[in-house]
Amino acid sequence: MAVFEYAPAPESRAVVDIASHYGLFIGGEFVESEDGKPFKSVNPATEEVLAEVTGAGPRDVDRAVRAARAAYEKVWGPMSGADRAKYLYRIARIVQERSRELAVLESLDNGKPIRESRDVDLPLVAAWFFSYAGWADKLGYAGFGPDPRPLGVAAQVIPWNFPLLMLAWKIATALACGNTVVLKPAETTPLTALAFADICRQAELPAGVVNIVTGAGGTGQALVSHGGVDKVAFTGSTEVGRQIAGSLAGTGRRLTLELGGKAANVVFEDAPLDQAVEGIVNGIFFNQGQVCCAGSRLLVQESVYDEVLGRLKRRMATLRVGDPLDKNTDVGAINSPAQLARIRELSEVGEAEGAERWSAPCAMPERGYWFPPTLFTGVTQAHRIAREEIFGPVLSVLTFRTPAEAVDKANNTPYGLSAGVWTEKGSRILWMAQRLRAGVVWANTFNKFDPASPFGGYKESGYGREGGRHGLEAYLAH
Amino acid sequence: MTTTDTLADVATSASALRRFLHGLPGVDQVGAEERAARLAARSVKATAKAFALDLAVSMVDLTTLEGQDTPGKVRALCAKAARPDPSDPAAPRVAAVCVYPDLVATAKRALAGSGVRVASVATAFPSGRAARAVKIADVEYAVAAGADEVDMVIDRGAFLAGDYLALYDEIGAVKEACGGAHLKVILETGELVTYDNVRRASWLAMLAGADFIKTSTGKVQPAATLPVTLVMLEAVRDFRAAVGRQVGVKAAGGIRAAKDALRYLVVVNETAGPAWLTPALYRFGASSLLNDLLMQRQKLATGHYAGHDYVTED
Repeated sequence: MAVFEYAPAPESRAVVDIASHYGLFIGGEFVESEDGKPFKSVNPATEEVLAEVTGAGPRDVDRAVRAARAAYEKVWGPMSGADRAKYLYRIARIVQERSRELAVLESLDNGKPIRESRDVDLPLVAAWFFSYAGWADKLGYAGFGPDPRPLGVAAQVIPWNFPLLMLAWKIATALACGNTVVLKPAETTPLTALAFADICRQAELPAGVVNIVTGAGGTGQALVSHGGVDKVAFTGSTEVGRQIAGSLAGTGRRLTLELGGKAANVVFEDAPLDQAVEGIVNGIFFNQGQVCCAGSRLLVQESVYDEVLGRLKRRMATLRVGDPLDKNTDVGAINSPAQLARIRELSEVGEAEGAERWSAPCAMPERGYWFPPTLFTGVTQAHRIAREEIFGPVLSVLTFRTPAEAVDKANNTPYGLSAGVWTEKGSRILWMAQRLRAGVVWANTFNKFDPASPFGGYKESGYGREGGRHGLEAYLAH
Repeated sequence: MTTTDTLADVATSASALRRFLHGLPGVDQVGAEERAARLAARSVKATAKAFALDLAVSMVDLTTLEGQDTPGKVRALCAKAARPDPSDPAAPRVAAVCVYPDLVATAKRALAGSGVRVASVATAFPSGRAARAVKIADVEYAVAAGADEVDMVIDRGAFLAGDYLALYDEIGAVKEACGGAHLKVILETGELVTYDNVRRASWLAMLAGADFIKTSTGKVQPAATLPVTLVMLEAVRDFRAAVGRQVGVKAAGGIRAAKDALRYLVVVNETAGPAWLTPALYRFGASSLLNDLLMQRQKLATGHYAGHDYVTED
């Protein structure tokens, strides 16, 4: 029997033009830092240095906030919603036109498979700008009073797992509502945000409406604690979110946080099993599991445990791990050595605590940061891998006997960002959805996003909602 | 879900068979279609493409099922089947030629010694609306004329009415009438409509003795689709896990482009697995598909696209 081996099908890198050095995007142009230090952005799949990027210092951040303030007061705040919409539509169209370039750049800088950056991230980025462009002239009908006003300058700090998509979630909403922004992309994935700065210029967005300051935690700290911002939006770890909440307490500045998760994906015995297995795989291996709403805890009804596990392992064995730019890659590289170390550490804890580890048999590239799709069986609520966010391609498998027990276990976590329910019984879906304490509950699917749908957490997963009509509230005074 | 023990007695009564078929896991339509679409996005290039094009040619059941079929038309089709590309002796021959029962003898003579099998539709194809005795006689006639394979249609009316045991018995009777000929059971998924029905009909046919399950007659729209084929491939995969017997799958009708055929092969590869990537276990029921496969083969070999006048048309 011959073997059907897919030949390498790499997406071309020729569509991206990465500069060797990037400054900061402040007041509509790229400027050099006054008090920062350069750092390098690396391709996690090869460890190749992609570009030197500027780490903004406090004076740089101050410049950016002032630029945003000036743009807010002189141009963007007074502009009519219909005119703001024109710019947002223009940005959305440019994103679509440049989507191939942006997808390749995202995969290079982040390590995610091109299939995902091309088919998920970029279409959603464009959709977010289109969707919120539509809101810009209809804010008076959004349920926040007849004439809701913008807040002013928004400081936005975003993570490295969906760099451009998180930028879109933050910037599209803020701009549609009439705010100006200073955005800090993650240290390890600044390149698509810098490409977006170029798109702002291409769209002739007024100078200072969008400012991009790159850098590490110190830059973010300087930004969120700057006295000139009116609103802070952060997506990232619960630990950092808690620090930000502490530093903003009592200042009167508005804050939204989208933090960690440890989502339960609940599979009942009457689930459509083949699709449930796909959903489990999408839930935890999408973006290498580096997803705050990842379905990292699989709760399987005991009566179908063996069958689900057998099907899941068989399916995991077909996952193609490797070159993110290959169009047939399913699972790409872990974003950074630090993240890889965390995934390894928690996996070792899982074994030490007695859970059984199984990894899909797959060859891994020698260079770069890689971790095989992995699951742990014999996990209970008492295991750290059932409680702590791993943020990697590691699934903890637990069992339950009754719907009530499934709800108890699913909710027994400090987090509450998302959950999944798999059953062919419609009434059970509704019963579960009413009881699961999670911002999003997916039924017979997982990791589905849409600009019309609000997203956000319960408990330590944060507060505030992004997306949909609900997402406007965080950027409006009413 | 199922073991050999429980499968031994699932068809002992109408209620047992019904319980079994309705106890199969459901198919979520959105999820199944998403999975098929994702597999369709696989990129098959270079060496993989050359391999897959040849494999696809070798899996074609070259088909003519028209009222206007004549011995001359069938002989021409048989010549094409045995030597699809006269300009390239390395081109593989197709798996079979598929005709109506009255043309089996003609095809058999034309293909003698070629290694290409003769398949015959039967059981009052395409509607399946005839008395059991007539259907059996139809099968016996085709087999007596030399058919290596019989493509029967199921009684969709019986299936949709929930009369599973009658259908099971009928497939069993046809299987018996086939003797040594391989039995392909056409589900006509375009008339079953739901994926749950497709899964149940697949299991019913396999339990009753099908060697192959086949999507469609080609006379009803929609004919073969990628998600329907995916669901059937899941069924043969699970059937082997439960019983140990490997049943083949044939996607028939509506597959005209080589590009589509490659997508089907990806779905076979990643659903049932590489063990099904053989003409013994996977087929395309098609007519115009063959020429597109041949043109793509030529393009891959020569670097340019020669066009319709460089492949044979009958």
